[in-house]
Amino acid sequence: MLADVDERGRRVESSEFGGEKMAETALSFRNVSMTFPDGTQALSDVSLDIRKGEFVTIVGPSGCGKSTLLKIASGLLEASSGDISVDRDRIGYVFQDATLLPWRTVRRNVELLAELHGIGKAERATLAQEAIELVGLTGFENHYPKSLSGGMRMRASLARTLTLKPPVFLFDEPFGAVDEITRERLNEETLRLFEQERFAGLFITHSISEAVFLSTKVYVMSSRPGRLVASFDVPFDYPRQPEIRFDARFAELCGRVSQTLRGAHS
Amino acid sequence: MSEIVSEPTVAGASTPDGTDGSRRPRRRRRGLAVVLPPLVVGVAIIGIWYFVSYVILDEDRRFLLKPPHEVWQVGFADGDNLSYMMEALWTTAQVAFWGLLAAIGLGFLLAIVMSQSKLIERAVFPYAVVLQAIPILAIVPLIGFWFGYGFSSRVFVCIIIALFPIIVNTLFGLLSAEQGMHDLFTLHKASRTTRLRRLMFPAALPAIFAGLRISAGLSVIGAIVGDFFFGQGEVGLGQILKRFAARLQGEQLLAAVIVSSVLGVAVFLAFGWISNRAVGKWAAESRGG
Repeated sequence: MLADVDERGRRVESSEFGGEKMAETALSFRNVSMTFPDGTQALSDVSLDIRKGEFVTIVGPSGCGKSTLLKIASGLLEASSGDISVDRDRIGYVFQDATLLPWRTVRRNVELLAELHGIGKAERATLAQEAIELVGLTGFENHYPKSLSGGMRMRASLARTLTLKPPVFLFDEPFGAVDEITRERLNEETLRLFEQERFAGLFITHSISEAVFLSTKVYVMSSRPGRLVASFDVPFDYPRQPEIRFDARFAELCGRVSQTLRGAHS
Repeated sequence: MSEIVSEPTVAGASTPDGTDGSRRPRRRRRGLAVVLPPLVVGVAIIGIWYFVSYVILDEDRRFLLKPPHEVWQVGFADGDNLSYMMEALWTTAQVAFWGLLAAIGLGFLLAIVMSQSKLIERAVFPYAVVLQAIPILAIVPLIGFWFGYGFSSRVFVCIIIALFPIIVNTLFGLLSAEQGMHDLFTLHKASRTTRLRRLMFPAALPAIFAGLRISAGLSVIGAIVGDFFFGQGEVGLGQILKRFAARLQGEQLLAAVIVSSVLGVAVFLAFGWISNRAVGKWAAESRGG
């Protein structure tokens, strides 16, 4: 039954954007703008396509409307204008906080989304176990969130999303609150998940090296209103090794992104 | 991905086999530290009691505060008086139990309804506050007037006195789930009842138990107050307090006061224990009784 849903999930309507050989577009924004009722203009004329197997990151200063973009993509917010095309049936959304339910153990937390989607108990347990193994939380299944470190909570949150095998994966600055060493490790693991699952990824961050390390493409967003001002293709192939961080091209690209970001901000 | 296990984490410290050996002696020492200070104060109170009985009051006026051992002898060691008090205790405990149960049912219902709609909350909540603000003594004659002077009126007093903390704590608890968690449930199209059952209600449990603890104590007070005014049917603690006072039976009166407070304390501790069992494992801050 799940395989059937899987097929449906990956069949995305907007095939007119992709040619014969290109993968299907999984998420598409066309001239999306967002103005809040209080008059704050959060987004202005954002257009963006993400194909399956593509990992796109948006970097921008705090408060530039990056999170709003994800809320619109997921349907939590409705855009003031523009078109969005995405299959929201099993959309993956990793929040800034782990948002684990404190009264549930890791296992039961990871099972939550499958539960909400009406997947049976046995299948749920299998999906949860797979996801827990994938993020390396084996052995912590029966722990409550309060006894986990920040990094481990984030892993549990990732595992919870993975159980849906989402065709579109939204990340809202998920590693902003963990220390640098844990963050690098979580980046490497996210990369491995992407290489394995090949979803369409949209990642929000204000860390440039995180953006370059993970992505096929990096967008720079200006603030007030949020607008995509530049894009950079990342020249590294998958699977990527952690060592690319020490590559001269990596540093050079980070530098260019950084300069553009400064320009957009001033 | 295997190096994850080496990540520094507090999780390892709470595995059962890791703690059993190291924590037990410390817990025993802490047990003594918990018991000793109130014990010292208790002894001091009894000392002051004796001091007042024998030093401050002369023999003619000693009936105002009989010394502890006489209270024990007349109030508790005397089998007739003890069984008389225990029967009253049983009556009052029953009243408190049914009153609390009804207050829980009604309080939950109102809180759940209010949690579902801001409009209903705005409409109903002020009356919950009004209910709380009515002095119980002012409404007692009215209750007797409407419901008679028996069991049901006493239960009714309990409900009125115990309802407010249940409503407020349950409502506060139901609304305490974080926005991010609500977003998660919205994202995955959870129904209203699913959201209530899987998110709002569990999130409310620590607050609910805090409210229950207060209300349980209040329902004991309500049962005694109700009994004090409504003497029809079986005699409860309120009635015997009244009788002992009227007959100037100081020892028995003090004994009855002690029994009443023991009931209140027992209920308070029982709910603390239940709360700890129910949410102690995961709640951030939970204080046992």
